Amino acid sequence: MSKPFTPKVVTANALLEGDVVYLTADDQWSRQLADAEVIEDLAHGDLRLLDGSSQPDVVVGVYLIDVALEDGIPQPTHFREEFRTRGPSNYNHGKQAELF
Amino acid sequence: MYQYNDFDRDFLAERNAQFRAQVERRIDGSLTEDEFKPLRLMNGLYLQLHAYMLRVAIPYGTLNGGQMDVLADIADKWDKGYGHFTTRQNIQYNWPKLKDVPDMLDALGEVGMHAIQTSGNTIRNVTADHFAGAAKDEVADPRPTAELLRQWSTDHPEFQFLPRKFKLAVTGSANDRAVIKAHDIGIRLLTRDGQEGYEIIVGGGLGRTPMIGKVLREFLPKADLLPYCEAIVSVYNLLGRRDNKYKARIKITVHENGIETIRDLVEERFALLKPQFGGVDQKMLKDIEAQFALPEFKTGSVAAFKDAYHTDPVFRSWADTNLTAHKNDDYSIVSISIKKHGETPGDATSAQMREMAAIARELAHNELRISHEQNVILPHVHKSHLPAIYARLKAVDLATANIGKISDIIACPGMDYCALATARSIPVAQQIATRFDELKLEHEIGDLKIKISGCINACGHHHVGHIGILGLDRAGVENYQITLGGDHTETAAVGERAGPGFAYDEIVPAIERLIGAYLENREDENERFIDAYRRLGLAPFKAALYPEVKADAA
Repeated sequence: MSKPFTPKVVTANALLEGDVVYLTADDQWSRQLADAEVIEDLAHGDLRLLDGSSQPDVVVGVYLIDVALEDGIPQPTHFREEFRTRGPSNYNHGKQAELF
Repeated sequence: MYQYNDFDRDFLAERNAQFRAQVERRIDGSLTEDEFKPLRLMNGLYLQLHAYMLRVAIPYGTLNGGQMDVLADIADKWDKGYGHFTTRQNIQYNWPKLKDVPDMLDALGEVGMHAIQTSGNTIRNVTADHFAGAAKDEVADPRPTAELLRQWSTDHPEFQFLPRKFKLAVTGSANDRAVIKAHDIGIRLLTRDGQEGYEIIVGGGLGRTPMIGKVLREFLPKADLLPYCEAIVSVYNLLGRRDNKYKARIKITVHENGIETIRDLVEERFALLKPQFGGVDQKMLKDIEAQFALPEFKTGSVAAFKDAYHTDPVFRSWADTNLTAHKNDDYSIVSISIKKHGETPGDATSAQMREMAAIARELAHNELRISHEQNVILPHVHKSHLPAIYARLKAVDLATANIGKISDIIACPGMDYCALATARSIPVAQQIATRFDELKLEHEIGDLKIKISGCINACGHHHVGHIGILGLDRAGVENYQITLGGDHTETAAVGERAGPGFAYDEIVPAIERLIGAYLENREDENERFIDAYRRLGLAPFKAALYPEVKADAA
């Protein structure tokens, strides 16, 4: 039996501001991971990665990240992605200052 | 210091205009990211974890008050009010917006600064001893040589697409403060039989395969510098590997081919190149040297310094720790610590930058330096000004008396900013500094170099730290490896791995145990950590780091 699929989200950096963005179900880019479309299977993941990559005038460096669902809301599973959801640890800059 | 001439200004203005057009074309969609990326990197613009980052060169670490003011203005106008000084004498802005970068570069151009070749597979910012021109122990000022190399390497048509990046460092002193043995080419000024020249070291580097540089030429006559460096880089350009990024630096080329083969090839190429230079480079060097004349030193009583030294113990502690002997006995070199306990190593606010600029202008011959250890230097200070300078630094939180001590830590940006990082470095540095400040052990411990990198690329120089810390990602968790016995000076050595790594919340207690073992085992307070390590070897330190292993074996 193959390994169960880990849910995924498409992420990138915004071209103009450089900040972290996530692909939503309606092909928009959100600054918040909670808004992201959670991808539940491999083929759909490949497709959404292509969809994200087809907006090179909006975003840079599109890739898939693993997430875990907590009460239906995606949370990063790797510490690097956790840092990307909030900003650096030495100052209250980035998303943690702008969003929360 | 060097003043831009019309050629320099025109070149920079044209280059900035080109980049402005490239940014516009990227934003309007005419350029793809694949097309734009090499162009932005050539101009020092990276995309990091949370934002873009602009890396600005401070050639050989030298700048004046007006330039420091502009660095502060840029921080306020287009960033978040601070800048980060790096181990390669650059300053990095962590939050620029793409559309603002051309304006930032124009502002830099106004004061003769730029971000060219601070990235990419080309010759990077030429670095030098941060005490250049002031140090008592120096043979000659390395900066004219560094400026000549900067002019030669900037936009050098043959060297824009090297196999990998290429770093040069220059020192004018036998006491190496520029880490020349960990550079692609390390250059040391010396005189032999009354003749000026250079020792040329090649193939040093840190990163995933740390190597100490090897002597390529024991003595190169002064006039031969540019053709000889051009010969080295062109031999590397052809011979260096392009099939594997991790084997592409010249240290691997030297290692795989042997220093003798490299020497023969360089000499052969040098014989061809030398006649082509025809002396124009030496004429340029003469003009450059004239611009690095020593300031007109002030004469007068230094009693104010002596009085403060004897009456104010806090000032005395700072003076004992942060001052270095100057070639003029009435002067001192002041190291301003950008490492206040608990703060980010190398980060200065715009207000701090402006105050350092003002102090330099008013009391220190308008000169500032950035050190590879991420501090700021006032190279020429008449001792009578020291009490006033100390008071002004204290008012802006810049009077920490910790130069060369346990909290004077080199730390790369790590995973708080860098897209390449595998773990955080800044909070580890902050916690070590805070912890030993709480313990009030800093001055008891004495001279110690802790250097922290957040990935194998070793921007934080961990290999050459007395204590090196390398942050890694082990199965999705931050893990920190400790190396011991590294040395960044003329007796350069790569540290030895102490054993298994430590988790994020275990690394500071591990360092505390290590320091405990040092204090317990040192002969006396004059034996530095590194000397105790050399005398005793790894064993007592390993036992302190891994007490459970010892307990299990018992």
